[in-house]
Amino acid sequence: MFTNAGTSSFTAFLSKVAPEMLPGRRPLPPGMAADMAPHATTIVAISAAGGVVMAGDRRATMGNLIAQRDIEKVHPADAYSLVGIAGTAGIGIELMRLFQVELEHYEKIEGAMLSLDGKANRLASMIRGNLGAAMQGLAVVPLFAGFDLAASDPARAGRIFSFDVTGGPYEETGYDAIGSGSLFAKSALKKRFRTGLSVEDATRLAVEALYDAADDDTATGGPDLTRRIYPVVMTATAEGTHRLTDAETAAIAESVVAGRMENPGG
Amino acid sequence: MAMQFYASPEQIMRDRSELARKGIARGRSAVVLSYAGGVLFVAENLSSTLHKVSEIYDRIGFAAVGRYNEFENLRRAGVRMADLNGLSYDRRDVTGLALANAYAQTLGAIFTEQSKPFEVEICVAEVGATPEDDSLYRVTYDGSVNDEPGRMAMGGQAEAISGVLKNEHRPEMSLSEAVRAAMKALSSVGGEGGAARTIAANQLEVAVLDRRRVGRTFRRVTGAALTALLDGDAEADTAPAPGRAKTPTVPTEEAKKPTTSAGSADLEGNAEDKPAE
Repeated sequence: MFTNAGTSSFTAFLSKVAPEMLPGRRPLPPGMAADMAPHATTIVAISAAGGVVMAGDRRATMGNLIAQRDIEKVHPADAYSLVGIAGTAGIGIELMRLFQVELEHYEKIEGAMLSLDGKANRLASMIRGNLGAAMQGLAVVPLFAGFDLAASDPARAGRIFSFDVTGGPYEETGYDAIGSGSLFAKSALKKRFRTGLSVEDATRLAVEALYDAADDDTATGGPDLTRRIYPVVMTATAEGTHRLTDAETAAIAESVVAGRMENPGG
Repeated sequence: MAMQFYASPEQIMRDRSELARKGIARGRSAVVLSYAGGVLFVAENLSSTLHKVSEIYDRIGFAAVGRYNEFENLRRAGVRMADLNGLSYDRRDVTGLALANAYAQTLGAIFTEQSKPFEVEICVAEVGATPEDDSLYRVTYDGSVNDEPGRMAMGGQAEAISGVLKNEHRPEMSLSEAVRAAMKALSSVGGEGGAARTIAANQLEVAVLDRRRVGRTFRRVTGAALTALLDGDAEADTAPAPGRAKTPTVPTEEAKKPTTSAGSADLEGNAEDKPAE
């Protein structure tokens, strides 16, 4: 079964040999299922000079309950790109895992990495496969960002793609946010974002935007100083993807919180 | 009606073996050996794009000699199997032994059931924590598997190359010593009247599974880095391989939760131990 399927795509291979492993290939009973599984909430991405920053809060909710306080929703998709998930957490994590393997698989089979646009299109088609479940309330909407190795100007190599539930990929300029708190995060970014930010400034801005989202959206978690749970912040630059250590994000989050002690509006 | 001549099964197998052996012996050779920092693959290969050596998974590499279309097919199958198992279970559950067994089954079935056997010989190598923990599996055209003691040679005149390699190889050797030992072994045959010859750096395909790395350990060594190793430049041993830069930070604590990501540990940055660099 491994030798016959002649494709470089791992999902295409799975659809032949193990279709039950693909989300979106499972029959669902009729009816809405939106409140039965945890939801992952807010993710922000900001393009900076020489790269891109993505950050996500740590909360997953189920109706009015907090399902998990320390979920991780931002992950590296491959060595130069990041993916964050919002929507139904279980399907989102499955989709993200599959996308990671998809990119690595292509790289190993073909001996070359997909282009950044190729990766975004691949993710779009995977979301499209989940449309049936999305219409029953189990929607997953990822945010994809990466460092474009083919970009002529390294300062503009950080690119961000957002998607809708039907899989349409849209390239965003500057910044974007997804999830329940995205309205507030985007409003905050709209006022504070400048082109050509350094990666350090963009990191701080991302944590600020998540604070603003948590301020107005109950489903988004702010920095939890008592439990030492801070947002996950990752960068993708010419050096590859990098996750900030807990100590680094703690320092940023504590300084943001200290700022809000004086001026709650930021 | 065409007359069916009787041929004994023994004769059929002998003919197939002969065909496969001849096909393999015509090709250029490859060697695989453990050294202090990992597992080294060196293949003589005129092409820089049609690889004989490649990555299968985090700590598993693949080297082959013989017909390109046949071993390329096997390589792809191996990547598919490894990725499927890694996604279904966990990245740590993908092992070289499972892969070598799968290859043995496939090659054995092809050898007995099809009219022409695959003219290939492959090596599945898995890098461990120390050179003693490395495993090198040789899988031949008829599906037999051998666990090799830290070094192996495949292809044309493999026995002569093995002999030189056996004298030169020590598990604790450095990367540049290992590359030069491999080079000496490969170039010991094929010259005028069976004498030694020289092989240019651009005719070698060199790759390593780097023991010190976490996550995906496979790196190709090309260009200036390879020339430096062949020249015996001691600094080239420690220089990071080209390609992805090392992950810049040290994790503050080890991961305690079940895996949610299928990304390798070098990407996720939550590896338990970092390379000593």
